Amino acid sequence: MTDHDQHALTGAYAVDALDADERARFEAHLATCADCREEVASLQEAAALLGTDPVEPPSSVRDSVLAGIASIRPLPPEITPVTTEPTPAPGDELAARRTRRSLVQRLARTPLLVAAAVVLLLAVGTALVRPWADEAPQQPNLSAIDRVLTAADATRVEKEFPDGSRAVVTVSRSEGRAVIQTEDMALAPAGKAYELWLQNSEGAMVPAGLMPHEADNKVLLDGDASEAKAVGITVEPEDGSSVPTTEPIVIFELAA
Amino acid sequence: MDPVPGNPAGAPHQGAPAGAVADLAALLKRSARGDQAAFATLYDATAARVHGLVLRVVRDRAQSEEVTQEVFLEVWRQASRYDDARGSALAWLMTIAHRKAVDRVRSAEAASRRDVAYEQHNQVPDHDVTAEAAHASLEARRVRAALDHLTDVQREAIELAYFGGYTHTEVAALLDLPVGTAKTRIRDGLIRLRDSIGVGR
Repeated sequence: MTDHDQHALTGAYAVDALDADERARFEAHLATCADCREEVASLQEAAALLGTDPVEPPSSVRDSVLAGIASIRPLPPEITPVTTEPTPAPGDELAARRTRRSLVQRLARTPLLVAAAVVLLLAVGTALVRPWADEAPQQPNLSAIDRVLTAADATRVEKEFPDGSRAVVTVSRSEGRAVIQTEDMALAPAGKAYELWLQNSEGAMVPAGLMPHEADNKVLLDGDASEAKAVGITVEPEDGSSVPTTEPIVIFELAA
Repeated sequence: MDPVPGNPAGAPHQGAPAGAVADLAALLKRSARGDQAAFATLYDATAARVHGLVLRVVRDRAQSEEVTQEVFLEVWRQASRYDDARGSALAWLMTIAHRKAVDRVRSAEAASRRDVAYEQHNQVPDHDVTAEAAHASLEARRVRAALDHLTDVQREAIELAYFGGYTHTEVAALLDLPVGTAKTRIRDGLIRLRDSIGVGR
């Protein structure tokens, strides 16, 4: 999609009228386009005035909110300066590199990487134990992971779990690989593992490796993601399965 | 997170409008530092407005209450991320509320796509409710006047997107527009709305 097409999405973005894929792509564009950031902000100001029908929520909501915040740590302020470089002209290698770097900065700033406070929202719906992981797992494929995360065509798909933790899949069609990052994700039950899947262009789910038994992961998926339609996660026996044996707990639909 | 020298906490932001709007920004700033009393004040000042929007989008009362609760927990968590140089506190808050409400109806949609497909075909944009709601206050009258400047198709597209929670592609289908046209109408309409209300820059 060209930059011009992206500029046309400011209004739809301001009123949340983009689907998940479009939203992820547009947010990547926003990170590098000061004009669009400014226009989005001004349109959000206008949209905010549309909701002019106040309805007092019941006092139970107030009670829950005020009880809830007591156990949630406010996030620290963002200290990375906002990128203001213009979108690079084709062939401007330095600017292109800045753009890639700004994508990385965006990743680093995204709330999921500081989601520790979210643990406190866990109460709902999970009976899984959360032992405190000692260290993030080793990352044997660091360079391949970095290549995907910083690829010019990297596209992110973010999902939130019912417990408030989040996971992001980043795919680079040019690299032909996908990376999944999780933060504070509930561990698979004892004797089970999270298995990753790439849905190929025929719609079949192809095994893409097992997620390490850690809450915080950054994993390069096995297999070719250059034409994958989606990434899925299922709960499988700890040695993994060759085909999914349970319904996926989450599906990340990848833009074509 | 020390305040900028020369702009101590609580001091009115230079150039910011006086009154309630400036207060919300100050309350957010104090909330970011963990001031629960400031947050309670912020909640009391904005809960009805947030809940009204959430209810309008989500429709189901019980689910709306859950979403409103999620919105305020998120506002507490993210308070430090509000940047008064980039927009008003109210818009920041309503943006979070709208995003959460839309995400809720979309995930409900994924759960029962068939029901929603049925509903979409049988739903008529509800102009009367909008009109009625918009008369609620002076400010609302200003918004109403601004809405009158929009063409019917712009207004319809914005309402389906903002209150219906539909994507621009779905809005195009609902209004029998070519794909790609709805996003233009939404943008053009919002720009006109912005310029006639005089918000933003």
